[in-house]
Amino acid sequence: MTTLPTTSRRGFLRGASALGLAVSALAALPRLALAAWNKAAFDAKALPDAYKAMGVENPTASADVQLIASDIAENGAVVPVQAISKIPNTTQISFLVEKNPNTLAALFDIGPDMLPDVTTRLKMGQTSNVIALVKADGKYFTATKEIKVTLGGCGG
Amino acid sequence: MPNPMKIRATAKDGVTEVKVLMNHEMETGFRKDSSGAVIPAWFITDVTAKLKDKVVMQAQWGASVSKNPFLAFKIKGGAAGDKVVVTWTDNKGETRTDETTIA
Repeated sequence: MTTLPTTSRRGFLRGASALGLAVSALAALPRLALAAWNKAAFDAKALPDAYKAMGVENPTASADVQLIASDIAENGAVVPVQAISKIPNTTQISFLVEKNPNTLAALFDIGPDMLPDVTTRLKMGQTSNVIALVKADGKYFTATKEIKVTLGGCGG
Repeated sequence: MPNPMKIRATAKDGVTEVKVLMNHEMETGFRKDSSGAVIPAWFITDVTAKLKDKVVMQAQWGASVSKNPFLAFKIKGGAAGDKVVVTWTDNKGETRTDETTIA
């Protein structure tokens, strides 16, 4: 875990949960033991790198993943996006912005008590494909939509 | 002390929709101030929600989430009067927890 780059998501999760258990066992913190923040994935500068860091293999486009967003974002600083998965056993939904400096924007773990339907707002530096990535039964499915940005959200 | 969140939770047909508006700069680390110095990244990395003390939602965020983030999600179950608690933690280790009851 410490010397090799994480190549398998399973291995990463195993390590992360072991760490989480250790942390929660050591200190009865008021806050929860979270899965370790996936720094490599959030630091990734391009889509293939983000996928690699997340352990995503062969993502397939699926009509059962819905990405709801407007075609044109007037203000790139606030781009509302909603992702809905109709695929059974969805365990994770992520938002990725292909042309942002950091591709991965947000990742939601969909627990058994949650519906696979999340909404948030993203920053976009420029017109780009936005990808809703769904993990279900260990496989990855995507919905992609190009959102045109008329005013960037990452400028100084 | 970070500013409070606004949380609204509504139960309908066995599903509780939770909407959260957080107060946070969500600085990307790519912007520069007027003197040209890079403004360090400062953003929420982890968000957790609990319904009646049980974790129902966990998220990891990057700096691409908008300033003063908005989040909406749906949880199974929940009834009027149940407590919903949302907690965020940022990359500086600051944290904020707020709660509401389902309307």
